[in-house]
Amino acid sequence: MRNLVTRLASALILLGLVVSLTFVLVHAAPGDPVELLAGPAATATDIAQARRELGLDDPLPLQYARWIGGIVSGDLGESIAFRRPVVRVLGDALPLSIALGALSIALTFAIGILVGAIQAARRGRASDTALTIITTSVYAAPSFWLALSLVAVFTYGASRLGFPQALRLPAFGLRDPAGQHDGFAAIIDVARHLVLPVTVLTAIGAAGIARYARSAIADVLQSDHVRTARAKGAGTWRVHAHHVLSNALPPLVVLLALSVPGVIAGSVFVESVFALPGMGRAMLGAIAARDYPVILGATILYAALVIGANLAADLVMPKLDPRRRST
Amino acid sequence: MTGLARAAVGTLVILVLASVIVPLVSQSDPLGISDVVAARLLPPLAMDAAGRFHLLGTDAFGRDLFARMMLAGRLSLTIGAIAALLSVIAGTAVGALAAWRGGIVDRIAMAFTDALLAIPRLVLLLLCAVLWRPGGAMVIIVLVATGWMGVARLTRGEVLGIRGRQFVEAADALGARSERVLWRHVMPNAIGPSIVAMTLGVGNAILLESGLSFLGLGVQPPEPSWGNMIAGGREVIVVAPWVALAPGLALVVTVVACTLLGDALRDRLAGDELLAGQTLAERG
Repeated sequence: MRNLVTRLASALILLGLVVSLTFVLVHAAPGDPVELLAGPAATATDIAQARRELGLDDPLPLQYARWIGGIVSGDLGESIAFRRPVVRVLGDALPLSIALGALSIALTFAIGILVGAIQAARRGRASDTALTIITTSVYAAPSFWLALSLVAVFTYGASRLGFPQALRLPAFGLRDPAGQHDGFAAIIDVARHLVLPVTVLTAIGAAGIARYARSAIADVLQSDHVRTARAKGAGTWRVHAHHVLSNALPPLVVLLALSVPGVIAGSVFVESVFALPGMGRAMLGAIAARDYPVILGATILYAALVIGANLAADLVMPKLDPRRRST
Repeated sequence: MTGLARAAVGTLVILVLASVIVPLVSQSDPLGISDVVAARLLPPLAMDAAGRFHLLGTDAFGRDLFARMMLAGRLSLTIGAIAALLSVIAGTAVGALAAWRGGIVDRIAMAFTDALLAIPRLVLLLLCAVLWRPGGAMVIIVLVATGWMGVARLTRGEVLGIRGRQFVEAADALGARSERVLWRHVMPNAIGPSIVAMTLGVGNAILLESGLSFLGLGVQPPEPSWGNMIAGGREVIVVAPWVALAPGLALVVTVVACTLLGDALRDRLAGDELLAGQTLAERG
């Protein structure tokens, strides 16, 4: 319990630091956001008035206090482009990104560990080297390029290459703009739109996890207790499921938490290429429009996700580690 | 050295040589636009009306893709190498200083490091890119500013571990000055992870540079980088997919070579899980 409290406290302190850091970054940057905001037609008096209204003439400590106070009460300011609260703009976009991220992280973990386990069992053989080259290559591929490649094959090349109808996949948005689907057909329609984006995120993530799962599992395979279990006549399946996986799992959970930033980065590009209305696209749109409140809000939200993932891994890991299990 | 590592070094040497030489000897100017209508979007292995051979075809402006790709390679490789080198130097310095000084210096440096690490690197890059105007040199600065934290943590851990060892105590007892002990006795033993991180960092920096350029926040056209070439190919992906695919392949080959080399170095120099996780996190 005490452990939980200290970890929670340090996560909150960290988030506070991130918030302060973004404040410093914005205020240290050259250029006046108000001039951009007001547009080229604005006169000097317009700009001065806008500065006053936005409270940018106040001393920095006061602005900082207001910024922190707003965040604590769940207020991230108002979007300049949409004239809506930032919390609402991001709140609309968040569910899709969370769904996309959660789905691909689950698949990433399952596929990555499976591939890593196969490699660890065949360490040093040709199939291991082949899989190493494949995972390293997929992991090296930029997500936007992988996305464009899949679009070139499965969307535009599909009819030319004679793919069956099920493999001709849409590349833009979440729904078919022409067809009015309802009920089950609507779900199938959304699912078909998500195949390519999820594939891109999963392929890159799983390749990354597999690279480390391979060495983590191979280390356990060579350890004494696994040899003992084998010597005592435990079946291969039992050795793998019980002794190997339970020992390799804790470091992999940490890796899972560490891969969250990668998934976030990937989703920014994937949402951009596939025109999906999620957080990443909201942030890119805000960058194009120089919508500072939304950019800062998204940054803080992303940081909160990363800190939350690390906190969860910290709390879950001792429970998974067989060496620290009390029973 | 393993076979894979040897192949990686060979690939990198060939890539660097090709990016220096190909734009110099190419028949067609990678930047100049001549007869757009006659030469645009030629498929790979095609000959244009003027009798020039295009190994990888041409882009929407009739420019030879192979020559452009290699010219882009100069920029992407240079940016990647410089950014990785500078971030490793900065990170090593911060980490070593924090561990060696300890106390309040350590606390502040690590709090700052952790706060920056909590923001996904791409998001931090986007934030910096929008606050400061994009461009080639700016990309390097932004990559360094967002890339030193992982190495700082690693180096700090290494230095703390080595500080307790007997040969450091011995140097201390013999009356060596503190800076001399750090510089001559501790750092040579703590530098391993930094070298590995740098090799892997080149690949990461190239990936991130391409991402920024793809989004229009990095290297600006007409100057080619792999990222903005892919962005250019996106518009013609329906009729000429090779325009976007070719530069991506060059990028993948480069990053794979850096990763395999980094893996081989890690097995030799460091070999710990911490570094593995670190590089995974840095991808974002």
